[in-house]
Order: sequence, then C-alpha cells, then structure tokens
Amino acid sequence: MIELNAISIGFFVFSIFTLGGAFGVVTTHNLFRGTIWLMVSLFGVAGFMVLLSAPFLAAVQILVYIGAIAILITFAVMLTRSVTHLENRYIRTIPSFVASLVLFIILIAGVTIPVFGDISPDTAPVVVKTTRDFGLALVSENGYVVPFMLASLLLTAAMIGAIYIARDEEV
Amino acid sequence: MEICTGLCAAMVEAGANAGLAQFVSLLIGVLLVSGVPLVTVIVLIWAERKVAARIQDRIGPNRVGPLGLMQTFADLLKLLGKEDITPTAADRVLYNASPLVSFAAVVLIWAIVPFTPFHYGVDLEIGALYFVAVASFGTLSIMTAGWASNNKYALLGAFRVVALLVSYEVPLVFALLVPVMLAGTMSMRDIVLAQSGMWFIVLSPLAFIIFYISSQAETGRAPFDLIEAESELIAGFNIEYSGMKFGMFFAAEFLHVFTNGILMALLFFGGWMGPLYWESPLIAFAWLGLKGTIIYLTTLWLRNTVPRLRIDQIMSFNWKFLVPLSIANVVVISAVLKIMQEIGLTPRNFIGASIPAMLPTTIVLLLVNVAFAVYLLGILRRRGAEAREQTDTAQGAFVQASTAVGD
Repeated sequence: MIELNAISIGFFVFSIFTLGGAFGVVTTHNLFRGTIWLMVSLFGVAGFMVLLSAPFLAAVQILVYIGAIAILITFAVMLTRSVTHLENRYIRTIPSFVASLVLFIILIAGVTIPVFGDISPDTAPVVVKTTRDFGLALVSENGYVVPFMLASLLLTAAMIGAIYIARDEEV
Repeated sequence: MEICTGLCAAMVEAGANAGLAQFVSLLIGVLLVSGVPLVTVIVLIWAERKVAARIQDRIGPNRVGPLGLMQTFADLLKLLGKEDITPTAADRVLYNASPLVSFAAVVLIWAIVPFTPFHYGVDLEIGALYFVAVASFGTLSIMTAGWASNNKYALLGAFRVVALLVSYEVPLVFALLVPVMLAGTMSMRDIVLAQSGMWFIVLSPLAFIIFYISSQAETGRAPFDLIEAESELIAGFNIEYSGMKFGMFFAAEFLHVFTNGILMALLFFGGWMGPLYWESPLIAFAWLGLKGTIIYLTTLWLRNTVPRLRIDQIMSFNWKFLVPLSIANVVVISAVLKIMQEIGLTPRNFIGASIPAMLPTTIVLLLVNVAFAVYLLGILRRRGAEAREQTDTAQGAFVQASTAVGD
C-alpha cells in the first residue's frame, strides 16, 4: 500500500506530466504541438528531480531542455513549415514497432535488474547532499574533476566546430 | 517537513489542527507573494504612462480619478468588455494558453524575492538559477503565441523576439554570475546578506551595467524594442490578440520591467539594506521598494529617450561586444577575488563582513573595473570613428553621384 503524502501525490502528478507529454509527442500529427508536448514531458522530469532533492538539476533541466533545446526545435520546426502537418506519409509501422520494443525491453531490464537481480551495485557514495557539495564534488580532485574537465573540453570543441561550419566562406 | 512558525504556531495555540494550520498559513503566504505583483501591475501601468507623457511633454492620463489613477481600471473594463476573437485558423489551445504562460513566467520570479530579512516566498538554494530557468518560459510563450496565431507577421515577430531574447540571455547570465560568485551562493537572501559590508554595484559596476542592458533587452524595451516595430511588423507576435489576452501580454511586460528593477536592487544595491532596516521589516521593505523604483524609473527614462536599433545592430552589439565583455568580466573578477582571498585581504565569507573588512576588496575590484572600462572606451571610440568614416565616405560618394545627375 502506497502511503498518500505530499511526495507520493507529487510523484503521481509528475508521472502524469512525463508520460502524458511523451504520449502526446508520439500521437500528435502536428510537429509544433509535439514540441510543446515534449516540453511538458521534460517539465515532469524536472519535477522528479525536485522530489529527489536535486533542485539544481531540476533548474538546469528546465533551463537547458525547455529554455534552449526545445526552443531550438521549435525554430527548426517553424522554418520547415511544410512538415508541421504530417499526414500518413512517413509511417513505417513494423520497423518502428521492433525498434521501440527492443528499446522498451532494454529499459525495463536496465531498471529492474539492478533493483531485483543479483548484480545490484553498492549504494552510491553519499558525497552530494546540497548544491554546494555538488559544486565542490565537480572540481575537487577526489570528486569528478577529470570527467568535468573532459566534458567542458568536448563542449567547447563542439561549439567552436559549430561556429566554424556556420561561418561565411568569404570572411 | 515545514516548520510551523508565526501565524501557523498561533493558530495551533488557538486550538486548530496542526496540518490545517500549516496549510492555511502556506496558502496565505502563496496568495500574498503572487498577489503583490498582481496589484503592483495596476499602479505600474499608470506610472509608465505618466512618466512617458512627462518625458514627451504631455500630461498623460488625468481624467479618471485623482491624477488619473483610476485610468487603469477604466482600461481594464474596456479590455474585458471587448470581443474575444480567436482566429479560425489558429491553434486554439496554444493560442489561449500563451498569454497565461507569459504572465505566469513573470509572477513566478517573485517567489524568490526576499522582501525583508524575514519575509520571502521561498529561500531557494538555487535562487539565481531559478530566476534564469523561469525566465525561459517567457521566451516559450512568445514563440507559441507567434506560431499559434497563424499569421505571418506574428510568426516573423516571434522569430525576431526569440532571437533577441535567447541572445541577450547569455550576457544576462554571465552578469548574474558575478554577484553569485562574490556572495558564494545562489540564494537571493544570502546574496543580499553578503552585501552588508559593501554593495556589489561598487565591487563590480561593469557587471551591473551588463545586467542592466541585457535586462532592458529581455523586457523588449527601447533601444531593443523589436517586439513591436510598428513600421515593420505592425504589432509583432501579439497582432492577432485582442481584449484581455492582449492585456495579459502587456501586463506581463510592465511587470517584468519592475521585477527586473527589484532584482537589480537585490543583486547589486543591497536589497533591503539601508539605514535603520534592522528596526522593523517595514523599513527594510520600504528600502527595497525605493531602490527598485529608482532603477525602474531609469529604465523608463531610457526607454522614452533612445530610438530603436536595427536587428543586425542589436545582434552584433550583443555577440561581438556584450558577450565577450561579460565573459572577460567573470574571468577577471574570479581571478582577482581568488588571489585576494589567498593573500588574506578578502574575507572568505561576505555575510556579516564589516565595512573595514571589505575595504581592500572594494578598492582593488573597483580599480580593476575602472581599468577595464577605460580600455573598453578606447576600443569603442576607435570603432565609432571607423564607422563614422565609412558613413562619411559613403555619403560623399552619394552626394557626388547626385550632383553628377543634376548636371
């Protein structure tokens, strides 16, 4: 029996947001509406992060995914207006069914095996309690400084590459 | 979970159910925090029109009520009584939702505003980041409004506005990083408390100027008022909106300007800090209101004084000047701050630091900022001279050509 408190109610509400939004993305024929549904879904995920006491990640989720990536998608969708109303043109039922089934099985296995199976990993080390700890863990030598630096380097390289590709030839 | 204090404790003492008392006190808090901006906006519309009128040598609204104070209510009734039009080809749900999202995005910012040391909606650990995240909903609502209206002018307007908003978010966030870095926290309340020794405007005037310019652009005010370029776009993204839905967009804009004034007061001008603020929360609140209002009035002044820039000028100003400047500012300030801390001239924690303790930091950071500014002014002067030379040459060629035709 699930205890009915603020957290479980929040979990249900955000689950509805996430799953409902995802359902909207795959069922709507209108690409722009699909983007809006995607934002609803991502918003639900941000809600989960708040429930998991990770407000920093929740804010970043909203800022990066809704504020930046989803806006980028809407730009792309609107600049290609002829495809905003998709009719039954690109529907390939069998390949999509197989692909989503495989993905579903992988996801279910990935979630259930660590919880119920034998290969359950050790409990994650409790290093991160507050946003302050999170920040310190990112830059301390005992924490995640190397992955952090590598990710930063990769992103900078990607950004410079994007600027180089988008640049005018003559300049 | 929540600690039951204040009103909640009083209610429990009077014999109320603890859960109910907590719920009621939280509800009152939420209503107050969201109610303050809703009421403020009525006054703001009047203030904006009055200030604009005075700058343009007019009187402004003066018929309804004393000094025209009731004018907003008359306008409100008019807007409510107007025909509520939804274009037949519009996306009905998104079309109706965008004005709400636009207004909510601004009201949500008020949740983290600490009105006094003890009165705030919520003291989020990630306050500054929350502000940036919530502001992105405003961009979203404009995009949706432009698309859902199914009008080419609306869509073009939305494109321009979103390009503007997304671009100016970059220097805004970098400028916001400076107070966060100085205070060592993202909580708005602690950022204010960290200014007890010295306001951050003195420590980093450049960050304040960058924040000021980019927030002027974020609210779509002149010289960045691409949102409604009448000569080019008719009305921009809100062209198909009428009645109260149109009113919601405008209320959101007016409120956003004032909200930015309050935020700048909190981030750079010490928020509620001022003589005698410790005596009573009311005095603290009055200080915050006063500082916010002064900054708000300067933005109105700027809006009504300068002409609109072209979109390419706005974009190149942002990407070629403001963004590099804001990044360099963050790098320089963080390096100087770290060195000062290692030497021991800067207190590790600004919260509760006295004025003498802050003095070395202030002097060094201020000097760094001034040196930076002098260097920048040199660059700007050179660029300005080049641009003028180009225009002169072009004009000379034009004059020559036209005289040749005249002969």
